[in-house]
Amino acid sequence: MRVTPAIALRLTTLAVGALVMITPFLYMVSTSFKAQQYVLKVPPQFIPDPATLANYERVLTKGNFGHFFLNSVLVAGTSTVIAVFLSAMLAYGFARYRFPAREWLFRLLLLGLMIPAMMLIIPQFILAKWLGLIDSLPGLVVFYVAGNLALNTFLLRGFFEALPAELDDAMQIDGANDWRRFLDLALPLGRPALATATIFTFLATWDEYAWALTSITTPENQTLPIAIALMQGPKGTQWGLVFAASIIAIVPVIAVFLTFQRHFVQGLTSGAVKG
Amino acid sequence: MDQVRRYLAPALFIAPGMLLYLVFIVYPMLQAVAMSLFDWQVVAGAVSVFRGLDNYARALADPRVWLSLSNSGVYMLFTVPPQIALGLGVALLLKDKSPAQPFFRVLYYLPVVTSWVVVSLLFKYLFADKGLINWGLGLQVSWLSDRWTAMVAICALGVWKGIGWSMMIFLAALQGVPQALIEASKIDGAGPWMRFRTVTIPAIWPTVAFVTIMLVIGGLNVFTSVQNMTGGAPGGDTDVVLTYMYRQAFEFLDFGYGSAIAVLLTLLVFALSAIQLRFFRNETMA
Repeated sequence: MRVTPAIALRLTTLAVGALVMITPFLYMVSTSFKAQQYVLKVPPQFIPDPATLANYERVLTKGNFGHFFLNSVLVAGTSTVIAVFLSAMLAYGFARYRFPAREWLFRLLLLGLMIPAMMLIIPQFILAKWLGLIDSLPGLVVFYVAGNLALNTFLLRGFFEALPAELDDAMQIDGANDWRRFLDLALPLGRPALATATIFTFLATWDEYAWALTSITTPENQTLPIAIALMQGPKGTQWGLVFAASIIAIVPVIAVFLTFQRHFVQGLTSGAVKG
Repeated sequence: MDQVRRYLAPALFIAPGMLLYLVFIVYPMLQAVAMSLFDWQVVAGAVSVFRGLDNYARALADPRVWLSLSNSGVYMLFTVPPQIALGLGVALLLKDKSPAQPFFRVLYYLPVVTSWVVVSLLFKYLFADKGLINWGLGLQVSWLSDRWTAMVAICALGVWKGIGWSMMIFLAALQGVPQALIEASKIDGAGPWMRFRTVTIPAIWPTVAFVTIMLVIGGLNVFTSVQNMTGGAPGGDTDVVLTYMYRQAFEFLDFGYGSAIAVLLTLLVFALSAIQLRFFRNETMA
Protein backbone atom coordinates (compact mmCIF):
# COMPACT_ATOMS: atom_id res chain seq x y z
CA MET A 1 0.00 0.00 0.00
CA ARG A 2 1.36 3.41 -0.95
CA VAL A 3 1.16 5.98 1.81
CA THR A 4 -0.37 9.09 0.31
CA PRO A 5 -0.60 12.35 2.28
CA ALA A 6 -4.32 11.67 2.75
CA ILE A 7 -3.63 8.31 4.35
CA ALA A 8 -0.87 9.75 6.51
CA LEU A 9 -3.20 12.49 7.73
CA ARG A 10 -5.91 9.96 8.47
CA LEU A 11 -3.57 7.69 10.43
CA THR A 12 -2.19 10.64 12.39
CA THR A 13 -5.67 11.80 13.35
CA LEU A 14 -6.60 8.28 14.42
CA ALA A 15 -3.41 7.92 16.41
CA VAL A 16 -3.90 11.21 18.25
CA GLY A 17 -7.49 10.21 19.06
CA ALA A 18 -6.39 6.78 20.22
CA LEU A 19 -3.78 8.37 22.45
CA VAL A 20 -6.48 10.48 24.13
CA MET A 21 -8.60 7.37 24.60
CA ILE A 22 -5.81 5.28 26.03
CA THR A 23 -3.98 7.82 28.22
CA PRO A 24 -6.37 7.49 31.18
CA PHE A 25 -5.76 3.72 31.18
CA LEU A 26 -1.99 4.09 30.97
CA TYR A 27 -2.03 6.64 33.77
CA MET A 28 -4.14 4.29 35.87
CA VAL A 29 -1.61 1.50 35.35
CA SER A 30 1.19 3.88 36.24
CA THR A 31 -0.52 5.05 39.44
CA SER A 32 -1.13 1.48 40.55
CA PHE A 33 2.65 1.19 40.89
CA LYS A 34 3.04 4.37 42.96
CA ALA A 35 3.26 4.81 46.70
CA GLN A 36 0.58 7.05 48.22
CA GLN A 37 2.81 10.12 48.53
CA TYR A 38 3.38 10.13 44.74
CA VAL A 39 -0.16 9.63 43.42
CA LEU A 40 -1.14 13.32 43.39
CA LYS A 41 2.29 14.78 42.96
CA VAL A 42 2.64 17.93 40.81
CA PRO A 43 4.04 17.62 38.20
CA PRO A 44 2.57 14.14 37.77
CA GLN A 45 4.77 11.11 37.33
CA PHE A 46 4.02 9.16 34.19
CA ILE A 47 6.71 6.61 34.93
CA PRO A 48 6.50 5.76 38.63
CA ASP A 49 9.72 6.58 40.40
CA PRO A 50 10.26 4.71 42.61
CA ALA A 51 7.96 1.99 41.25
CA THR A 52 6.50 -0.33 43.83
CA LEU A 53 4.48 -3.54 43.85
CA ALA A 54 3.19 -2.75 47.33
CA ASN A 55 -0.35 -1.89 46.14
CA TYR A 56 -0.76 -5.22 44.36
CA GLU A 57 0.73 -7.03 47.32
CA ARG A 58 -1.71 -5.37 49.70
CA VAL A 59 -4.70 -5.97 47.46
CA LEU A 60 -3.87 -9.63 47.04
CA THR A 61 -2.82 -10.45 50.60
CA LYS A 62 -4.57 -8.08 52.97
CA GLY A 63 -8.30 -7.67 53.22
CA ASN A 64 -10.91 -9.68 51.37
CA PHE A 65 -10.18 -8.84 47.76
CA GLY A 66 -9.68 -12.48 46.75
CA HIS A 67 -13.02 -13.28 48.32
CA PHE A 68 -14.78 -10.46 46.40
CA PHE A 69 -13.14 -11.62 43.20
CA LEU A 70 -14.45 -15.14 43.82
CA ASN A 71 -17.93 -13.72 44.55
CA SER A 72 -17.87 -11.92 41.22
CA VAL A 73 -16.69 -15.02 39.36
CA LEU A 74 -19.44 -17.12 40.98
CA VAL A 75 -22.23 -14.59 40.48
CA ALA A 76 -21.32 -13.54 36.93
CA GLY A 77 -20.51 -17.12 35.88
CA THR A 78 -23.70 -18.68 37.24
CA SER A 79 -25.92 -15.85 36.06
CA THR A 80 -24.46 -16.00 32.56
CA VAL A 81 -24.86 -19.77 32.15
CA ILE A 82 -28.45 -19.78 33.44
CA ALA A 83 -29.51 -16.62 31.61
CA VAL A 84 -28.12 -17.78 28.25
CA PHE A 85 -29.62 -21.26 28.59
CA LEU A 86 -33.09 -20.01 29.57
CA SER A 87 -32.94 -17.36 26.84
CA ALA A 88 -32.02 -20.04 24.29
CA MET A 89 -35.07 -22.07 25.38
CA LEU A 90 -37.29 -19.00 25.13
CA ALA A 91 -35.87 -18.03 21.76
CA TYR A 92 -36.29 -21.57 20.42
CA GLY A 93 -39.87 -21.69 21.67
CA PHE A 94 -40.68 -18.39 19.97
CA ALA A 95 -38.83 -19.25 16.75
CA ARG A 96 -39.97 -22.82 16.15
CA TYR A 97 -43.58 -23.03 17.37
CA ARG A 98 -46.91 -21.33 16.77
CA PHE A 99 -49.08 -21.02 19.85
CA PRO A 100 -51.72 -18.68 21.27
CA ALA A 101 -50.50 -15.37 22.75
CA ARG A 102 -47.10 -15.87 21.07
CA GLU A 103 -46.80 -12.36 19.66
CA TRP A 104 -48.23 -10.89 22.80
CA LEU A 105 -45.70 -12.63 25.05
CA PHE A 106 -42.85 -11.63 22.78
CA ARG A 107 -43.94 -8.01 22.91
CA LEU A 108 -43.97 -8.21 26.68
CA LEU A 109 -40.32 -9.30 26.47
CA LEU A 110 -39.50 -6.39 24.16
CA LEU A 111 -40.98 -4.04 26.74
CA GLY A 112 -38.23 -5.25 29.06
CA LEU A 113 -35.67 -3.94 26.56
CA MET A 114 -37.08 -0.44 26.84
CA ILE A 115 -37.57 -0.22 30.60
CA PRO A 116 -34.28 0.80 32.17
CA ALA A 117 -33.12 -1.46 35.00
CA MET A 118 -32.91 1.42 37.49
CA MET A 119 -36.65 2.07 37.21
CA LEU A 120 -37.38 -1.29 38.78
CA ILE A 121 -34.91 -1.11 41.60
CA ILE A 122 -37.33 0.01 44.35
CA PRO A 123 -40.03 -2.66 43.77
CA GLN A 124 -37.31 -5.25 43.16
CA PHE A 125 -35.83 -4.41 46.53
CA ILE A 126 -39.23 -4.91 48.21
CA LEU A 127 -39.75 -8.17 46.30
CA ALA A 128 -36.29 -9.46 47.18
CA LYS A 129 -36.84 -8.64 50.82
CA TRP A 130 -40.13 -10.47 50.82
CA LEU A 131 -38.61 -13.56 49.15
CA GLY A 132 -35.53 -13.56 51.38
CA LEU A 133 -33.28 -12.78 48.40
CA ILE A 134 -31.73 -9.68 49.88
CA ASP A 135 -28.04 -9.61 50.80
CA SER A 136 -27.22 -12.98 49.22
CA LEU A 137 -25.30 -14.13 46.16
CA PRO A 138 -28.21 -16.31 44.92
CA GLY A 139 -30.35 -13.19 45.24
CA LEU A 140 -28.00 -11.36 42.88
CA VAL A 141 -28.05 -14.29 40.45
CA VAL A 142 -31.86 -14.47 40.28
CA PHE A 143 -32.21 -10.79 39.39
CA TYR A 144 -29.26 -10.83 36.98
CA VAL A 145 -30.75 -13.82 35.13
CA ALA A 146 -34.20 -12.18 34.91
CA GLY A 147 -32.67 -8.88 33.83
CA ASN A 148 -30.72 -10.40 30.95
CA LEU A 149 -33.45 -12.60 29.46
CA ALA A 150 -35.10 -10.04 27.19
CA LEU A 151 -32.02 -8.94 25.26
CA ASN A 152 -30.65 -12.46 24.84
CA THR A 153 -33.97 -13.90 23.71
CA PHE A 154 -34.28 -11.10 21.18
CA LEU A 155 -30.76 -11.78 19.90
CA LEU A 156 -31.14 -15.58 19.73
CA ARG A 157 -34.63 -15.74 18.26
CA GLY A 158 -33.51 -14.23 14.99
CA PHE A 159 -30.70 -16.75 14.78
CA PHE A 160 -32.88 -19.79 15.47
CA GLU A 161 -35.44 -18.59 12.94
CA ALA A 162 -32.77 -18.52 10.26
CA LEU A 163 -31.78 -22.18 10.84
CA PRO A 164 -33.11 -24.40 8.02
CA ALA A 165 -36.26 -26.26 9.05
CA GLU A 166 -35.24 -29.30 6.92
CA LEU A 167 -32.65 -30.40 9.48
CA ASP A 168 -35.25 -30.21 12.20
CA ASP A 169 -37.70 -32.27 10.14
CA ALA A 170 -35.07 -34.88 9.35
CA MET A 171 -34.27 -35.36 13.04
CA GLN A 172 -37.95 -35.56 13.84
CA ILE A 173 -38.38 -38.37 11.32
CA ASP A 174 -35.49 -40.15 13.01
CA GLY A 175 -37.58 -40.05 16.18
CA ALA A 176 -35.83 -37.28 18.11
CA ASN A 177 -38.22 -35.44 20.42
CA ASP A 178 -38.43 -31.66 20.79
CA TRP A 179 -35.94 -31.48 23.65
CA ARG A 180 -33.34 -33.62 21.82
CA ARG A 181 -33.69 -31.48 18.71
CA PHE A 182 -33.10 -28.38 20.83
CA LEU A 183 -30.04 -29.80 22.61
CA ASP A 184 -28.42 -31.71 19.74
CA LEU A 185 -29.33 -29.53 16.77
CA ALA A 186 -30.32 -25.97 17.66
CA LEU A 187 -27.73 -25.36 20.39
CA PRO A 188 -24.69 -26.66 18.45
CA LEU A 189 -25.73 -24.77 15.31
CA GLY A 190 -26.42 -21.68 17.38
CA ARG A 191 -22.92 -21.49 18.79
CA PRO A 192 -21.90 -18.16 17.25
CA ALA A 193 -25.03 -16.44 18.55
CA LEU A 194 -24.73 -18.17 21.92
CA ALA A 195 -21.13 -16.98 22.18
CA THR A 196 -22.24 -13.40 21.57
CA ALA A 197 -25.01 -13.69 24.16
CA THR A 198 -22.59 -15.23 26.67
CA ILE A 199 -20.03 -12.45 26.30
CA PHE A 200 -22.50 -9.60 26.66
CA THR A 201 -24.24 -11.22 29.62
CA PHE A 202 -20.94 -11.89 31.34
CA LEU A 203 -19.80 -8.29 30.90
CA ALA A 204 -23.12 -6.92 32.13
CA THR A 205 -23.18 -9.10 35.25
CA TRP A 206 -19.47 -8.69 36.02
CA ASP A 207 -19.83 -4.89 35.99
CA GLU A 208 -23.30 -4.59 37.54
CA TYR A 209 -23.32 -1.97 40.26
CA ALA A 210 -26.75 -0.54 41.16
CA TRP A 211 -28.50 -3.74 42.19
CA ALA A 212 -25.50 -5.07 44.11
CA LEU A 213 -25.20 -1.70 45.88
CA THR A 214 -28.85 -1.88 46.86
CA SER A 215 -29.21 -5.49 47.89
CA ILE A 216 -25.84 -6.37 49.46
CA THR A 217 -25.30 -5.18 53.03
CA THR A 218 -22.84 -7.72 54.46
CA PRO A 219 -19.23 -7.03 53.46
CA GLU A 220 -18.53 -10.69 52.71
CA ASN A 221 -21.25 -10.77 50.03
CA GLN A 222 -19.79 -7.87 48.08
CA THR A 223 -18.89 -8.21 44.41
CA LEU A 224 -15.97 -6.35 42.81
CA PRO A 225 -17.76 -3.15 41.67
CA ILE A 226 -19.09 -2.59 45.19
CA ALA A 227 -15.82 -3.47 46.88
CA ILE A 228 -13.89 -1.12 44.60
CA ALA A 229 -16.38 1.73 44.98
CA LEU A 230 -16.08 1.38 48.77
CA MET A 231 -12.29 1.71 48.64
CA GLN A 232 -12.76 5.48 48.35
CA GLY A 233 -11.93 6.92 51.72
CA PRO A 234 -13.94 9.80 53.22
CA LYS A 235 -10.70 11.77 53.11
CA GLY A 236 -7.68 10.81 51.10
CA THR A 237 -8.40 7.83 48.86
CA GLN A 238 -5.53 5.38 48.45
CA TRP A 239 -5.45 5.79 44.69
CA GLY A 240 -2.61 3.35 44.08
CA LEU A 241 -4.53 0.68 45.93
CA VAL A 242 -7.83 1.50 44.18
CA PHE A 243 -6.24 1.17 40.77
CA ALA A 244 -4.31 -1.98 41.56
CA ALA A 245 -7.66 -3.53 42.52
CA SER A 246 -9.37 -2.00 39.46
CA ILE A 247 -6.78 -3.41 37.09
CA ILE A 248 -7.14 -6.89 38.56
CA ALA A 249 -10.92 -6.50 38.18
CA ILE A 250 -10.88 -5.39 34.55
CA VAL A 251 -8.25 -7.83 33.29
CA PRO A 252 -10.75 -10.71 32.85
CA VAL A 253 -13.10 -8.42 30.94
CA ILE A 254 -10.41 -7.13 28.62
CA ALA A 255 -9.16 -10.68 28.07
CA VAL A 256 -12.68 -11.81 27.12
CA PHE A 257 -13.04 -8.81 24.83
CA LEU A 258 -9.72 -9.33 23.04
CA THR A 259 -10.36 -13.06 22.59
CA PHE A 260 -13.91 -12.76 21.28
CA GLN A 261 -13.72 -9.46 19.36
CA ARG A 262 -15.37 -11.02 16.32
CA HIS A 263 -18.47 -11.94 18.33
CA PHE A 264 -18.63 -8.42 19.72
CA VAL A 265 -18.97 -6.92 16.31
CA GLN A 266 -21.61 -9.51 15.37
CA GLY A 267 -23.56 -8.91 18.54
CA LEU A 268 -23.53 -5.16 18.13
CA THR A 269 -24.59 -5.29 14.52
CA SER A 270 -27.48 -7.64 15.22
CA GLY A 271 -28.78 -4.62 17.06
CA ALA A 272 -29.98 -3.36 20.37
CA VAL A 273 -26.90 -4.05 22.47
CA LYS A 274 -25.84 -1.04 24.47
CA GLY A 275 -22.56 -1.50 26.35
CA MET B 1 -55.94 -33.89 24.41
CA ASP B 2 -54.57 -33.13 20.97
CA GLN B 3 -54.45 -29.44 21.90
CA VAL B 4 -52.46 -30.25 25.01
CA ARG B 5 -49.93 -32.32 23.11
CA ARG B 6 -49.56 -29.66 20.44
CA TYR B 7 -48.76 -26.85 22.84
CA LEU B 8 -46.89 -28.85 25.47
CA ALA B 9 -43.46 -28.48 23.85
CA PRO B 10 -43.55 -24.70 23.31
CA ALA B 11 -45.05 -24.24 26.77
CA LEU B 12 -42.16 -26.13 28.34
CA PHE B 13 -39.59 -24.13 26.38
CA ILE B 14 -41.17 -20.80 27.25
CA ALA B 15 -42.32 -21.41 30.81
CA PRO B 16 -39.11 -21.31 32.91
CA GLY B 17 -37.75 -18.08 31.45
CA MET B 18 -41.13 -16.43 31.11
CA LEU B 19 -42.05 -17.19 34.70
CA LEU B 20 -38.83 -15.66 35.96
CA TYR B 21 -39.38 -12.66 33.72
CA LEU B 22 -42.96 -12.15 34.87
CA VAL B 23 -42.08 -12.36 38.57
CA PHE B 24 -38.86 -10.35 38.62
CA ILE B 25 -39.38 -7.82 35.81
CA VAL B 26 -43.05 -7.44 34.86
CA TYR B 27 -44.44 -7.59 38.39
CA PRO B 28 -41.97 -4.90 39.61
CA MET B 29 -43.03 -2.70 36.64
CA LEU B 30 -46.63 -2.79 37.82
CA GLN B 31 -45.57 -2.57 41.45
CA ALA B 32 -43.60 0.62 40.72
CA VAL B 33 -46.75 2.28 39.46
CA ALA B 34 -48.77 0.98 42.41
CA MET B 35 -46.19 2.09 44.99
CA SER B 36 -46.06 5.58 43.52
CA LEU B 37 -49.70 6.04 44.65
CA PHE B 38 -48.93 5.30 48.30
CA ASP B 39 -47.12 6.79 51.21
CA TRP B 40 -45.24 3.51 51.27
CA GLN B 41 -44.13 2.16 54.65
CA VAL B 42 -41.06 -0.07 54.68
CA VAL B 43 -41.33 -1.19 58.27
CA ALA B 44 -43.13 -4.52 58.67
CA GLY B 45 -46.63 -4.08 60.08
CA ALA B 46 -46.88 -0.37 59.32
CA VAL B 47 -49.79 0.52 57.07
CA SER B 48 -49.13 2.24 53.76
CA VAL B 49 -51.65 4.98 53.09
CA PHE B 50 -53.14 5.46 49.64
CA ARG B 51 -52.38 8.99 48.47
CA GLY B 52 -53.56 9.01 44.87
CA LEU B 53 -51.41 11.32 42.78
CA ASP B 54 -49.92 13.19 45.76
CA ASN B 55 -46.41 11.85 45.12
CA TYR B 56 -46.60 13.09 41.54
CA ALA B 57 -47.83 16.52 42.59
CA ARG B 58 -45.02 16.67 45.11
CA ALA B 59 -42.42 15.67 42.50
CA LEU B 60 -43.59 18.31 40.03
CA ALA B 61 -43.42 20.97 42.75
CA ASP B 62 -40.04 19.81 44.08
CA PRO B 63 -37.28 22.21 42.92
CA ARG B 64 -34.72 19.44 43.49
CA VAL B 65 -36.51 17.24 40.96
CA TRP B 66 -36.24 20.02 38.39
CA LEU B 67 -32.62 20.66 39.29
CA SER B 68 -31.71 16.98 38.89
CA LEU B 69 -33.72 16.81 35.67
CA SER B 70 -31.86 19.81 34.31
CA ASN B 71 -28.58 18.10 35.19
CA SER B 72 -29.72 14.97 33.35
CA GLY B 73 -30.69 17.22 30.44
CA VAL B 74 -27.32 18.94 30.44
CA TYR B 75 -25.63 15.55 30.51
CA MET B 76 -27.71 14.42 27.54
CA LEU B 77 -27.08 17.60 25.58
CA PHE B 78 -23.33 17.52 26.08
CA THR B 79 -22.74 13.78 25.68
CA VAL B 80 -25.10 12.66 22.90
CA PRO B 81 -24.02 14.99 20.02
CA PRO B 82 -20.27 14.53 20.70
CA GLN B 83 -20.64 10.76 20.87
CA ILE B 84 -22.47 10.75 17.53
CA ALA B 85 -20.12 13.18 15.81
CA LEU B 86 -16.89 11.67 17.13
CA GLY B 87 -18.12 8.08 16.80
CA LEU B 88 -19.12 8.69 13.19
CA GLY B 89 -15.90 10.60 12.52
CA VAL B 90 -13.70 7.79 13.79
CA ALA B 91 -15.81 5.24 11.91
CA LEU B 92 -15.36 7.18 8.65
CA LEU B 93 -11.60 7.32 9.16
CA LEU B 94 -11.52 3.60 9.99
CA LYS B 95 -13.95 2.24 7.45
CA ASP B 96 -11.46 1.20 4.78
CA LYS B 97 -9.92 -2.13 5.62
CA SER B 98 -6.28 -1.68 6.55
CA PRO B 99 -3.78 -3.49 8.77
CA ALA B 100 -4.21 -0.76 11.39
CA GLN B 101 -8.01 -1.04 11.54
CA PRO B 102 -8.39 -3.83 14.15
CA PHE B 103 -5.76 -2.19 16.32
CA PHE B 104 -7.49 1.20 16.41
CA ARG B 105 -10.88 -0.43 16.81
CA VAL B 106 -9.72 -2.13 19.99
CA LEU B 107 -8.18 1.04 21.44
CA TYR B 108 -11.33 3.10 20.87
CA TYR B 109 -13.60 0.36 22.17
CA LEU B 110 -11.61 -0.40 25.35
CA PRO B 111 -13.43 2.18 27.55
CA VAL B 112 -16.79 0.65 26.56
CA VAL B 113 -15.98 -2.72 28.07
CA THR B 114 -14.46 -1.30 31.24
CA SER B 115 -16.69 -1.18 34.30
CA TRP B 116 -18.48 2.12 35.04
CA VAL B 117 -17.30 2.05 38.64
CA VAL B 118 -13.65 1.78 37.64
CA VAL B 119 -13.76 4.54 35.03
CA SER B 120 -15.74 6.80 37.38
CA LEU B 121 -13.03 6.52 40.02
CA LEU B 122 -10.41 6.98 37.33
CA PHE B 123 -11.97 10.25 36.14
CA LYS B 124 -12.43 11.41 39.71
CA TYR B 125 -8.70 10.93 40.09
CA LEU B 126 -7.87 12.66 36.80
CA PHE B 127 -10.07 15.63 37.75
CA ALA B 128 -8.74 15.84 41.32
CA ASP B 129 -7.39 19.21 42.54
CA LYS B 130 -3.82 18.04 41.99
CA GLY B 131 -4.78 15.72 39.17
CA LEU B 132 -3.63 15.25 35.62
CA ILE B 133 -6.29 17.52 34.04
CA ASN B 134 -5.45 20.58 36.10
CA TRP B 135 -1.77 20.05 35.48
CA GLY B 136 -2.26 19.48 31.74
CA LEU B 137 -4.43 22.58 31.32
CA GLY B 138 -2.39 24.66 33.72
CA LEU B 139 -5.45 25.30 35.88
CA GLN B 140 -6.21 25.32 39.58
CA VAL B 141 -9.86 24.30 39.37
CA SER B 142 -11.56 22.27 42.06
CA TRP B 143 -13.63 20.46 39.42
CA LEU B 144 -15.82 18.24 41.53
CA SER B 145 -16.84 20.78 44.15
CA ASP B 146 -18.95 23.04 41.93
CA ARG B 147 -22.05 22.15 39.96
CA TRP B 148 -20.96 23.20 36.47
CA THR B 149 -17.33 22.15 36.60
CA ALA B 150 -18.42 18.80 38.05
CA MET B 151 -20.83 18.39 35.14
CA VAL B 152 -17.91 19.01 32.78
CA ALA B 153 -16.00 16.14 34.37
CA ILE B 154 -19.06 13.84 34.37
CA CYS B 155 -19.85 14.65 30.72
CA ALA B 156 -16.20 14.16 29.71
CA LEU B 157 -16.38 10.66 31.16
CA GLY B 158 -19.67 9.98 29.36
CA VAL B 159 -18.24 10.97 25.98
CA TRP B 160 -14.93 9.17 26.49
CA LYS B 161 -16.66 5.95 27.52
CA GLY B 162 -19.27 6.10 24.77
CA ILE B 163 -17.38 6.98 21.58
CA GLY B 164 -16.30 3.38 21.00
CA TRP B 165 -19.86 2.09 21.05
CA SER B 166 -21.23 4.48 18.45
CA MET B 167 -18.06 4.04 16.38
CA MET B 168 -18.62 0.28 16.29
CA ILE B 169 -22.27 0.64 15.24
CA PHE B 170 -21.46 3.23 12.56
CA LEU B 171 -18.57 1.10 11.30
CA ALA B 172 -20.96 -1.78 10.67
CA ALA B 173 -23.48 0.53 8.99
CA LEU B 174 -20.82 2.07 6.73
CA GLN B 175 -19.84 -1.38 5.42
CA GLY B 176 -23.40 -1.61 4.12
CA VAL B 177 -23.29 1.59 2.03
CA PRO B 178 -23.48 0.43 -1.61
CA GLN B 179 -20.11 1.02 -3.29
CA ALA B 180 -21.86 1.52 -6.64
CA LEU B 181 -23.64 4.61 -5.37
CA ILE B 182 -20.38 6.13 -4.18
CA GLU B 183 -18.72 5.43 -7.55
CA ALA B 184 -21.69 6.86 -9.41
CA SER B 185 -21.61 10.09 -7.44
CA LYS B 186 -17.84 10.31 -7.99
CA ILE B 187 -18.44 10.11 -11.73
CA ASP B 188 -21.04 12.86 -11.35
CA GLY B 189 -18.23 14.98 -9.94
CA ALA B 190 -19.32 15.06 -6.29
CA GLY B 191 -16.59 15.97 -3.79
CA PRO B 192 -16.10 14.06 -0.51
CA TRP B 193 -18.44 16.34 1.48
CA MET B 194 -21.13 16.16 -1.19
CA ARG B 195 -20.82 12.35 -1.33
CA PHE B 196 -21.03 12.17 2.44
CA ARG B 197 -24.20 14.27 2.48
CA THR B 198 -26.01 12.78 -0.48
CA VAL B 199 -24.93 9.13 -0.35
CA THR B 200 -23.50 8.13 3.01
CA ILE B 201 -25.88 9.95 5.36
CA PRO B 202 -29.09 8.76 3.66
CA ALA B 203 -27.73 5.20 3.55
CA ILE B 204 -26.92 5.09 7.27
CA TRP B 205 -29.90 7.21 8.39
CA PRO B 206 -31.67 4.35 10.23
CA THR B 207 -28.43 3.73 12.15
CA VAL B 208 -28.15 7.42 13.05
CA ALA B 209 -31.69 7.19 14.39
CA PHE B 210 -30.94 4.02 16.36
CA VAL B 211 -27.74 5.43 17.89
CA THR B 212 -29.39 8.75 18.79
CA ILE B 213 -32.36 7.12 20.48
CA MET B 214 -30.18 4.68 22.43
CA LEU B 215 -27.82 7.44 23.55
CA VAL B 216 -30.66 9.70 24.68
CA ILE B 217 -32.12 6.85 26.71
CA GLY B 218 -28.68 6.08 28.13
CA GLY B 219 -28.10 9.76 28.91
CA LEU B 220 -31.29 10.05 30.92
CA ASN B 221 -30.29 6.92 32.79
CA VAL B 222 -26.91 8.13 33.93
CA PHE B 223 -26.37 6.94 37.51
CA THR B 224 -23.19 5.04 38.35
CA SER B 225 -20.77 7.74 37.22
CA VAL B 226 -22.52 10.54 39.14
CA GLN B 227 -22.97 8.34 42.21
CA ASN B 228 -19.25 7.55 42.30
CA MET B 229 -17.76 10.83 41.14
CA THR B 230 -19.74 13.31 43.23
CA GLY B 231 -22.54 11.40 44.93
CA GLY B 232 -24.64 14.49 44.20
CA ALA B 233 -22.25 16.77 46.08
CA PRO B 234 -22.05 19.63 46.78
CA GLY B 235 -25.40 19.49 48.55
CA GLY B 236 -27.25 17.67 45.77
CA ASP B 237 -26.25 20.25 43.16
CA THR B 238 -24.88 17.59 40.80
CA ASP B 239 -27.72 15.13 41.36
CA VAL B 240 -29.22 13.63 38.21
CA VAL B 241 -32.74 12.21 38.27
CA LEU B 242 -31.66 8.68 39.15
CA THR B 243 -29.26 9.62 41.95
CA TYR B 244 -31.97 11.85 43.44
CA MET B 245 -34.54 9.08 43.10
CA TYR B 246 -32.11 6.60 44.62
CA ARG B 247 -31.45 8.81 47.63
CA GLN B 248 -35.14 9.46 48.24
CA ALA B 249 -35.75 5.71 48.30
CA PHE B 250 -32.73 4.20 49.98
CA GLU B 251 -31.52 7.01 52.20
CA PHE B 252 -34.79 8.64 53.27
CA LEU B 253 -36.78 5.41 52.78
CA ASP B 254 -39.45 7.34 50.90
CA PHE B 255 -40.26 4.48 48.54
CA GLY B 256 -43.53 5.90 47.26
CA TYR B 257 -41.93 9.20 46.30
CA GLY B 258 -38.94 7.46 44.72
CA SER B 259 -41.30 5.29 42.67
CA ALA B 260 -43.20 8.33 41.43
CA ILE B 261 -39.94 9.91 40.22
CA ALA B 262 -38.96 6.63 38.53
CA VAL B 263 -42.32 6.40 36.76
CA LEU B 264 -42.09 10.02 35.61
CA LEU B 265 -38.63 9.43 34.19
CA THR B 266 -39.82 6.29 32.38
CA LEU B 267 -42.66 8.28 30.82
CA LEU B 268 -40.18 10.94 29.76
CA VAL B 269 -37.91 8.30 28.18
CA PHE B 270 -40.86 6.83 26.25
CA ALA B 271 -42.08 10.25 25.11
CA LEU B 272 -38.63 11.33 23.93
CA SER B 273 -38.13 8.04 22.08
CA ALA B 274 -41.50 8.41 20.35
CA ILE B 275 -40.76 12.01 19.32
CA GLN B 276 -37.36 11.00 17.93
CA LEU B 277 -38.82 8.06 16.01
CA ARG B 278 -41.32 10.39 14.39
CA PHE B 279 -38.64 12.97 13.63
CA PHE B 280 -36.31 10.46 11.99
CA ARG B 281 -39.14 8.93 9.96
CA ASN B 282 -40.26 12.34 8.64
CA GLU B 283 -36.73 13.33 7.78
CA THR B 284 -36.29 10.27 5.54
CA MET B 285 -39.47 11.11 3.66
CA ALA B 286 -38.26 14.63 2.92
